[in-house]
Amino acid sequence: MPSSPTTQPSSARTHFWQGAKDTFPLLVGALPFGLIYGALGIASGLSPAATAAMSLVVFAGSAQFIAVSLIAAQTPAVVIALTTFVVNARHILYSATLAPQLKGLSTGWLVPLGFWLTDESFVVAVKGFEERNQLEERKWYLLGSELAMYTNWFAATGLGILAGQAIDDPGSWGLDFALVVTFIGMLVPMVKGRPELLAVLVSGVTAVLGYGLPHRAGLLLAAVLGVLSGVLAERAWPRSKAGTP
Amino acid sequence: MNEVWLLASMAIATMATRIPVLVALSRRTLPEGVERALRYVPPAVLSAIILPIVVLREGELNLVTNNAMLPASLIAILISWRTKNLLLTIVVGMTAFLVWRMIF
Repeated sequence: MPSSPTTQPSSARTHFWQGAKDTFPLLVGALPFGLIYGALGIASGLSPAATAAMSLVVFAGSAQFIAVSLIAAQTPAVVIALTTFVVNARHILYSATLAPQLKGLSTGWLVPLGFWLTDESFVVAVKGFEERNQLEERKWYLLGSELAMYTNWFAATGLGILAGQAIDDPGSWGLDFALVVTFIGMLVPMVKGRPELLAVLVSGVTAVLGYGLPHRAGLLLAAVLGVLSGVLAERAWPRSKAGTP
Repeated sequence: MNEVWLLASMAIATMATRIPVLVALSRRTLPEGVERALRYVPPAVLSAIILPIVVLREGELNLVTNNAMLPASLIAILISWRTKNLLLTIVVGMTAFLVWRMIF
């Protein structure tokens, strides 16, 4: 079907909803995670309003989890903010990855798209952008994915806050495994060849060995070493022109 | 603790990681080598998040049968590898996890 300027509005809507739809499985994985966050927020001594507001203004799952555990341990706000920055530092890599693919987009679009950027929407975008080379399609697609995550996260937090007032030890349910299994489902299809496999192994092992480092710095170190080993491996084992399976 | 100050500082710390680089780098072309390296970011970061959760417990290696995350993760990897179906991976992985926990 040839695209013409008159089809623009419906095309925007199509890509927005496709972005939301492609994010659906990740919503299922994030839901229990949000539930537990809400419940732990209450248990940490944070007010219900602040627990809910954090999901709206911070909107970063793992940082919010770490924050409530620090709040429970009476940590000063400055330390919590610094920890938040370090835990979220991986988003710098995400935005560096997406920036060239959103080249030419106005600041009015980039700022909200950046504000709502999460692990999940990043991975959805990396895949979805392969089939979309128009800036117009990409921005609506990413926005759809991000708003689906945002709505879902806030709803899950709300339910968790309600549950948190009724349940004793929400952390013991083992629902945190929902996050792990979601990320496994995202990760495995990314391993398209030996360089990716090596990057995954180096990064994972480094993260385990560096787990004791302060402010979860091991996570960032692991990501950097993983990327480096992927690049070096790509040089050692060049890909065939036809593309690897 | 002042909750408004806490939320504001956490929000700013998070936005600082998400917005400035996106805005700044979308204005220029990155060297090809950098763009190629950035393709390894998603798998590397996901692996670094997952593996410590699965194999560690309070900072110590936890490779025992009552760690239900181990077998459930292996099953999830297998399902994902064979089917590439995210929803199926989540459902089967979670089921395996809960069943294993009931048994051991």
